[in-house]
Amino acid sequence: MEIFSRYAYWVVVLVMMIGFYIVIDRGNLVKKLIGLNIFQTAVFLLYISAGKIFGGTAPIIDDDAELYSNPLPHVLILTAIVVGVATLALGLALVVRIKEAYGTVEEDEIQAIENREENSA
Amino acid sequence: MEQVVHVALLALLVATALLIVRMRSILAVVMLSGIYSFVMAIIFLVLDAVDVAFTEAAVGAGITTVLGLMALSLTEDREKIPVHRPILPLAVVSITGALLLYAVTDMPAIGDPDAPVHGHVAPRYIKETPHAIGIPNIVTSVLADYRGYDTLGEVGVIFTAGVGIMLLLGRRSRRREEEGDK
Amino acid sequence: MREHLILRVITKFLIPFILLFGLYVQFHGDYGPGGGFQAGVIIGAGCILYGLVFGLETLRRAIPPGIVQGLVAIGLTIYAGTGFITVLMGGHFLDYARLAHDTQHGHHYGILIVELGVGITVSAVMLTIFYGFAGRGEENAGG
Repeated sequence: MEIFSRYAYWVVVLVMMIGFYIVIDRGNLVKKLIGLNIFQTAVFLLYISAGKIFGGTAPIIDDDAELYSNPLPHVLILTAIVVGVATLALGLALVVRIKEAYGTVEEDEIQAIENREENSA
Repeated sequence: MEQVVHVALLALLVATALLIVRMRSILAVVMLSGIYSFVMAIIFLVLDAVDVAFTEAAVGAGITTVLGLMALSLTEDREKIPVHRPILPLAVVSITGALLLYAVTDMPAIGDPDAPVHGHVAPRYIKETPHAIGIPNIVTSVLADYRGYDTLGEVGVIFTAGVGIMLLLGRRSRRREEEGDK
Repeated sequence: MREHLILRVITKFLIPFILLFGLYVQFHGDYGPGGGFQAGVIIGAGCILYGLVFGLETLRRAIPPGIVQGLVAIGLTIYAGTGFITVLMGGHFLDYARLAHDTQHGHHYGILIVELGVGITVSAVMLTIFYGFAGRGEENAGG
């Protein structure tokens, strides 16, 4: 059936939108970062799904195999995964410092403290 | 059979993501994100991406969970219950999702060997690696040899993140150590 | 963690195997799945496990934070240094063919050396992240 040949891409869009929703709707900074992580891994799935060839095998040269899946998306995503965890660590370090400075990690409470300081200054 | 497994894993992925939205306890969210990364690693394995599955399992299910737990121990555990109704975020997400789904119909079918992504450069890498470089793992040869500049820049990014963490979280410890020695 | 006897015994048994597996993945990245990134993360995770079960101070004595900071820079230096060495030998930047007597061996050596640089930097950054967060937690708890 024609319509089912792109089912993985629909799931990718669905999970991307779930991650996007977490980022824009929830106020807790740690949960926002995890939502961003979900968005990121959905994009990885998009690339890897595009590189798959039915009937192929993993791109490691073997005498029995004749068709290999495309190695190029694998290389790009390998890089992206490790960079993603490094930036997640940096983001969480910033959240820890924010907690020490403001006493809270909820976005609206931080906004309220900032407004109060602005009005009194 | 492989397609059935693939669809089942994708369904599990969506279910885990939806649970992460609903959970209020940050501990549960961190654990669920570990499960999410692990299911993602298995999906990568089904899609023949063995190197990527390896990295995602080690990084996502290992490091990210520990990182989340350490951040959790330094902040609080409960998420505040939102007071506003999520009409605007849902509208934005629905419109963006609809646009993306419309764009997806234009992409080539999954697993098609004639898709444009499999032309141009990739067959050259696959054909030349045994002769020019002589190692079986094509992904490593592309990563470290054909695309060596990109990997250099990426190690630079990881280095910068490490330096950033040192600056953000390392400073006060050193000063406390000096005060303790006095 | 002094009371958790099972955890300590099992961890003491497992950590050498984890580190050995990390080394295997690093150097067999050419023949199977693996390479610098995976190995760095595995070795970092092994050291973090040691720190979690036996205490941050024990890990600090085994792997001093100053050495970890140095390793972060040394990995990147190895990678970029290989590029400069090939320029000094008369080729382009990161032209591995110049590193040995024939092209295939040169490429192989080049890949091994740069993957080593990548592995060192990634494992050192994972440890730096752990030291940063855990050190902050130690301070908040009163030192």
